[in-house]
Amino acid sequence: MIPQIILLSVLIFIMAKMMPGDALSGLIDPNIDPATIEAKREQMGLNDPWYQQYGRWVDDLLHGDLGQSFRYKMPVTELISQRLMNTLWLSLATLIFTYIIAIPLGIISGRYNDSLADQAITGYTYLGFATPLFIFALVMLWLFGFHFGWFPTGGSVAPGMEPGSFAYVLSKINHLLLPAISMSLIATVGTVQYLRNEIIDTKQKDFIHTARAKGAPETRVYNKHIFRNSLLPIAAFFGYEITMLIGGTVFVETIFSFPGMGQLFLESITMRDYSVVTSLVLLFGIASILGALLSDIILSLVDPRIRIK
Amino acid sequence: MTEELLKVQHLKTSFRIKDDYYAAVDDVTLTLNKNEVLAIVGESGCGKSALAFSIMGLHTKAKIEGNILYKDQDLANMSLAKLNKLRGKDLGMIFQDPLTALNPLMEVGEQIGEVLMLHNKNMSKTKRVEKVIELLNKVGIPRAAHTFSQFPHELSGGMRQRVVIAMAIANDPEVLVADEPTTALDATIQSQILDLIKELKDGSQAGIILITHDLGVVAEMADRVAVMYAGQIVEIADVHTLFDHPLHPYTRSLLNSIPNAEREGEKLHVIQGIVPALQKLPRKGCRFSARIPWIDASEHEENPELHEVAPGHFVRCTCYKNFHFPDESKEAAHHGIS
Repeated sequence: MIPQIILLSVLIFIMAKMMPGDALSGLIDPNIDPATIEAKREQMGLNDPWYQQYGRWVDDLLHGDLGQSFRYKMPVTELISQRLMNTLWLSLATLIFTYIIAIPLGIISGRYNDSLADQAITGYTYLGFATPLFIFALVMLWLFGFHFGWFPTGGSVAPGMEPGSFAYVLSKINHLLLPAISMSLIATVGTVQYLRNEIIDTKQKDFIHTARAKGAPETRVYNKHIFRNSLLPIAAFFGYEITMLIGGTVFVETIFSFPGMGQLFLESITMRDYSVVTSLVLLFGIASILGALLSDIILSLVDPRIRIK
Repeated sequence: MTEELLKVQHLKTSFRIKDDYYAAVDDVTLTLNKNEVLAIVGESGCGKSALAFSIMGLHTKAKIEGNILYKDQDLANMSLAKLNKLRGKDLGMIFQDPLTALNPLMEVGEQIGEVLMLHNKNMSKTKRVEKVIELLNKVGIPRAAHTFSQFPHELSGGMRQRVVIAMAIANDPEVLVADEPTTALDATIQSQILDLIKELKDGSQAGIILITHDLGVVAEMADRVAVMYAGQIVEIADVHTLFDHPLHPYTRSLLNSIPNAEREGEKLHVIQGIVPALQKLPRKGCRFSARIPWIDASEHEENPELHEVAPGHFVRCTCYKNFHFPDESKEAAHHGIS
């Protein structure tokens, strides 16, 4: 995991360096003498070889300094920490909704495969696969935000709320719901299909015959023998889900003008706010790696075959 | 005095392929007596396992016709709830592949305990654990208390099959269905498992239906043998009669296919062709006729039935009367083998 993160940081740094221009190009009064700019460059160390610059960057990183955002004129760490919690809550809510939808649908679809209910659910999953999130989120926003007016259409909390008060928490949740539901309705389809296939697969395994031959009633066969075995790959899927969430938040936060890291990311790209972009990419990358690690840990907890002794 | 335990009458198990039903077990009638091993032999695809699964009611999508009578109850036409009271208690099953017959996520002891729990609701947990350990000892698992909390993947194939057997006999069933219990095991383990099954039978007086394609296993274990071909029983007899005086061409061909050390150097007999696929199976006439083409069509019955040729010895079709194996030398010439 550590080598992965180091490799990731090198890649991000090199890619950032490969982008044309630097902190001194385009932003300064064109009347300034190029020699002065060059001298400044030399002074700031921008002419040093990349590995020296990388070394300085990592050194700062380890000291918690991600650089300055030129757009917000504040340290990137501060900027991100403002947004971090919003995105975390949004992701958590989305994850919860994803599984609340996926588990019952997958179970119904898998247990009663080829029934009408299964066909309806499978139909929904194909629609979900085919629908781009940014279009779906826009439709949801228009329908439930503007047309019916059930949910707020932007921000993460209503203005003028006292932080920490009960009304503040409620308002936060209220602002989370629509983006989280929109994202989970699309994100869940993979898990639904996965679970469905796993159940259909497990249903035909020999140990299910064994369970039936013991005289176990169908409910027990399903609850005790089929579902647990089918949920294993879902646990393994969890890390991948986190990676997808990151992609999802970028769109959803932008559409719902939700002040989180995804929105910040897209803004920073359009504004060429490089220090923010590299920091966010690094964070997203670390989150993905942690997600994979989390998957492994969960899997080792639920599957005795790969339990570490 | 033989006591009838299980009576299968005109059992027909059909599977749906596209829009039609095809019978994999076609009008099978047989009886299992107490303290008896009834072997059912045949090639792959003869419907042996389908028969075993039908008796246990394990087919979820097949159409089952006919009766399976056990203690005046018909297993074939019974609610699932009622059947579940019998399965695991009066009827036990040993499966073919011990590597896949156990739930990979459950401790071995828990899996055996499950069958006890399902049929003895009042049994306390400590009592159950004791009983499971007793069962594990009974099936010859060393360090039973340790094995109790192991997972299937931690055990060898032979050990797992012992666990499967422990599960099947946990409630002292009167009928034990063993579906190729040794096919997936290597030869040394195979004989240990067979000895174990025999031992258990002698202890419990249970009736055993032993599904196998291994005639060696039949000779060692069975009291009576039913030979199945293409979903039908073609010959049924006690084990000595069957090995000494086999009548049906299929039985004779099977026996003739066993390698024999005394006939070393001779060409091994091979039955021509394969068992036809379920959809292509001829439903009229002698089903084996296609594999003995040198026998004249007039020798076969139009609607072959089981004929009792001696007490307890039944043979299907009349083609056995003038059956002979093709002349090996001629056959070799015919195939251009010198």
